[in-house]
Amino acid sequence: MTIQKPQDKNSGMTGIVGGLATTLGRILISFFVPVITFFVLWQVFIFLRDSEAPQIVIVLVAIVWGVAGVALLYVVSNWFVEQLPDPWSRRLQPFVYVGPAVVIMGWYLAVPVLRTLVLSFKDEIGVKWVGFDNYIFAFTDRIMIETFRNNLLWMVIGTSFSVGLGLLIAVLADRTRFESVYKAIIFTPMAISFVGAGVIWKFVYTYKGEGVGIQEIGLLNAVVLAFGGQSQPWLSLPPWNNLFLIVIMVWLQTGYAMVVISSAIKGIPMELLEAARIDGATEVQAFFKIIIPYIKGTLITVITTIVIFSLKLFDIVRVMTGGNNGTNVIANEFYLQRFTYGNTGRASAIAIVLLIAVIPVIVNNLREFNKDRRAF
Amino acid sequence: MNSSYKGQQLRSSLVINGVLILISFFWLLPTLGVFITSLRNSQDIFTSGWWTVLPHKEQIQAGEIVLDAAINVDEPMQIEGVTATFEELRQGVDLSDGRTLTWYGNKRTRTILVSEEKWVGFFFKPLTLDNYKDVLTGKEISFTDASGNEITRKGNSLGGAFLNSIAVAIPATIIPILIAAFAAFGFSWLNFPGRSVIFTMVVAILVVPLQISLVPILQDYTKLNLNGTFLGIWLAHTGFGLPLATYLLFNYMSTLPRDLLEAAYIDGASNFTIFTKLILPLSVPALASFAIFQFLWVWNDYLIALVFLGDKSRVVTYALASIVGEKGQDWHLLTSGAFVSMLLPLAVFFALQRFFVRGLLAGSVKG
Repeated sequence: MTIQKPQDKNSGMTGIVGGLATTLGRILISFFVPVITFFVLWQVFIFLRDSEAPQIVIVLVAIVWGVAGVALLYVVSNWFVEQLPDPWSRRLQPFVYVGPAVVIMGWYLAVPVLRTLVLSFKDEIGVKWVGFDNYIFAFTDRIMIETFRNNLLWMVIGTSFSVGLGLLIAVLADRTRFESVYKAIIFTPMAISFVGAGVIWKFVYTYKGEGVGIQEIGLLNAVVLAFGGQSQPWLSLPPWNNLFLIVIMVWLQTGYAMVVISSAIKGIPMELLEAARIDGATEVQAFFKIIIPYIKGTLITVITTIVIFSLKLFDIVRVMTGGNNGTNVIANEFYLQRFTYGNTGRASAIAIVLLIAVIPVIVNNLREFNKDRRAF
Repeated sequence: MNSSYKGQQLRSSLVINGVLILISFFWLLPTLGVFITSLRNSQDIFTSGWWTVLPHKEQIQAGEIVLDAAINVDEPMQIEGVTATFEELRQGVDLSDGRTLTWYGNKRTRTILVSEEKWVGFFFKPLTLDNYKDVLTGKEISFTDASGNEITRKGNSLGGAFLNSIAVAIPATIIPILIAAFAAFGFSWLNFPGRSVIFTMVVAILVVPLQISLVPILQDYTKLNLNGTFLGIWLAHTGFGLPLATYLLFNYMSTLPRDLLEAAYIDGASNFTIFTKLILPLSVPALASFAIFQFLWVWNDYLIALVFLGDKSRVVTYALASIVGEKGQDWHLLTSGAFVSMLLPLAVFFALQRFFVRGLLAGSVKG
């Protein structure tokens, strides 16, 4: 249900000929304004791309140009459409508003699905057709099998620890006075980059080796030594190094799980829990019989989100090990195929594999959306 | 309430707080280590763990004793009131006053070191901001390694990368919000053919992995000469952020009260006026939620910057990752660099946490 714009009242009958002339004039002018706007914006782009001005100048000009440029394009094209005769104006205006978003989403996400699909059946430079060769690589090559195993580890172990810890902290913190402090501490890693998190944990795992007078400066090795163990190069010990990398993901994602679950728990009616307690339910029973069923929907959302995250995981592995020593993952192999080996065919096939993996989620999103589309 | 119930409550509260404090401690520890290390002298970083800046007991040399020629070192000797053989002294002999005697080197040195266990801590080794200076300006640094060689290395300038990140992140946050706001307004309040079908497409591409786009879009960028330009990366971030932005803003805008908008239409306001004067101000909470999300996402992004921007205009994540690759053991640069890269997102995050959580609960998770 939408609202239609009422008829313009000020376009009165001031003579048909005069009206036609002004309409024509208006259309001519309104063609010029967008053209000039576009020309000016393009000139600034050339300046930004090629200029040798000091960095700070480039940065400031770029920010102003980018933000103001987009706003200006909307104002000008809206103005242009409003100059058109009324039925046209009304018919075209929605497309002025929706159009840019649709074009950009189409260019960047919708059409690339098809283009990547086509490329996945071609050779490394996208010229000759090679049939299913790239998919045979994607599903049978030793490297790919290793990445599948590792991604499965990330998905299963990483997700269960993130969600499990998030749930535990959410339930426990709900009963303390310092809830916000604990939550802030667990939540903060969400704000930092995976590269930054990689550096933080690389330092925990750092290893200097054995030798006279060598002092381990990595926390994990220092702890192991203090308990009488041997220092280890943690990140080059397959298959355990995968677990040390997964710890980083848990460290980053638990905060997300905690916040979302915590808000769901706060939505449970107090009377429900009170009634259970009066009936003699223990805290553990209340947890499994009331809390868990009540927040089931939220849990599924959180799990889906973290599974998708671990499926596409790239930065952590890239920064920590580069995928060496048996830690490779799908997204890193995609990067290697495209940017290190220059094989667009294989890279495209790997991207399609990732897409296939999220199709169930897409289908579910569409189903949910169709179920409660109040607005349509 | 009887006392045993109260006691039980107290006990369970202690257990709960204990568990949470433990988890919080483990959560903070890695970051604390990096933070302390970033403030230490680059030479200290290589020779001792960061935890040594915390107060702890350490053996400190307090003096030395040179034995006079009359003492036979092959027999038990009496020194400082204790009698011990050479072997025992090599292992270290504790004195009753807490000091320790340790033989230095081989038998012929005839030297015994006296050490004392002392509390050392924060003021023992001075902290410094030099690492930050080095990593921001990219100045050369030299230090002496374990075997006494003078080593000189060039620093990576993170200062320039910081500026580039700002140039990428601000427009790449505002542009998609602007475009998505217009689109969400169109989808929720205007009528046009294909509206339902197009919006279903938006929902469908919400979780499409962006790896799907990298190969074809890079081809386009090469043709259009957009590689390494700010415009190119803004558009990429806009493209990947738009489905979610449109979806969230649509959800918000379609719940705005109809009466208000109807009244405005009857008063003769144009769509553009209604959008800028009514819809946008009313949608500020949703806009802010998405803005903080998109900002953090863009600032922390590594993959898109790596692919579309590359070395030409390094952003902080790219610069930090290249320090890891090129100078993986230069912890004075890595730790200070990591903190420089976190500064702005953490500030934004803490200032606007309320909006961030609200966005999270509205489903702000990208595909």
